[in-house]
Amino acid sequence: MIFGRSERGKPPVEPVTLKILVAGGFGVGKTTLVGAVSEIRPLRTEELLTEAGRPVDDTSGVEAKNTTTVAMDFGRITLREDLVLYLFGTPGQERFWFMWDELSEGALGAVVLADTRRLEDCFAAIDYFERRAIPFLVGVNCFEGAARYPADDVRRALDLDDHVPLLMCDARDRESVKETLIGVVQHAMAQAAQRRQTVTT
Amino acid sequence: MSADGQGRSHWFDDEAGPVVRPYAMTRGRTTSAAQHRLDLIAVVVTEPHADDPEDDPTLSPEHVDIVELCRDTSQTVAELSAELDLPIGVVRVLVGDLVESELVHVNRPVPPAELPDESILRDVINGLRAL
Repeated sequence: MIFGRSERGKPPVEPVTLKILVAGGFGVGKTTLVGAVSEIRPLRTEELLTEAGRPVDDTSGVEAKNTTTVAMDFGRITLREDLVLYLFGTPGQERFWFMWDELSEGALGAVVLADTRRLEDCFAAIDYFERRAIPFLVGVNCFEGAARYPADDVRRALDLDDHVPLLMCDARDRESVKETLIGVVQHAMAQAAQRRQTVTT
Repeated sequence: MSADGQGRSHWFDDEAGPVVRPYAMTRGRTTSAAQHRLDLIAVVVTEPHADDPEDDPTLSPEHVDIVELCRDTSQTVAELSAELDLPIGVVRVLVGDLVESELVHVNRPVPPAELPDESILRDVINGLRAL
């Protein structure tokens, strides 16, 4: 019997993986936020779409149809050798909703990044996570030169439910992004606890 | 990319898209029979006995790449897609093939229903704080 390469080294660690989504309008700083905490330069992954191919998954359709590419940037944070958190920037365009479905499946929670100069850009994302009861918070990215508004005003403008946290952040700043992500996880914990309570009572 | 200088003289470049249509690598398949759709953060691990995949005539170079990449460090589907510059759908099919031929195995992420495991979430918070 020949022992090959399998004999060298230990088998790789098989970590538990978790993901948090980063949503918001185009140019609001999603990739910047991911890059601020990621241990790797944000990577890009792509999916090809065909109009007909998706629901049917019929192989004969793939070649002929026009394809579109949806790109997503993501980053990685190794919290422990066996616990790794991934951050996915959601594709900005709303016509890629189905991609969101796939991304949000099993997601720990989400950050919706907002820019006070164009708040309406994040309405769709807020609506999306609300409907699916995915824990999320709104991070107001404090761009230089943008007017600062009190949190309550932003909250009102977004028509945000009371239980949804809103905080000011700076997508370029590692500490600020860390706090934002911690906020998401805390919110996810609170929401889970609340759900358990409603089940038992 | 231009270090060799030769690539530039070709009529095609990255803008023209891949020379081989991505789904040609999967022989036109967009799904894998063996696999429920793999999550982007499903972890792919090479089996210890998957020794010389390049000697296996049934495997494409992309299959071999995946086996090699996941040998020393496990990789998620998203990472493989980025690393190999292949669409996620293609990676899913290729990984499905490799699972079928028992060259790799896949660890699915914690299912959503079980997610609110407080101890894991607390570990995440502590881990983030310690960064």
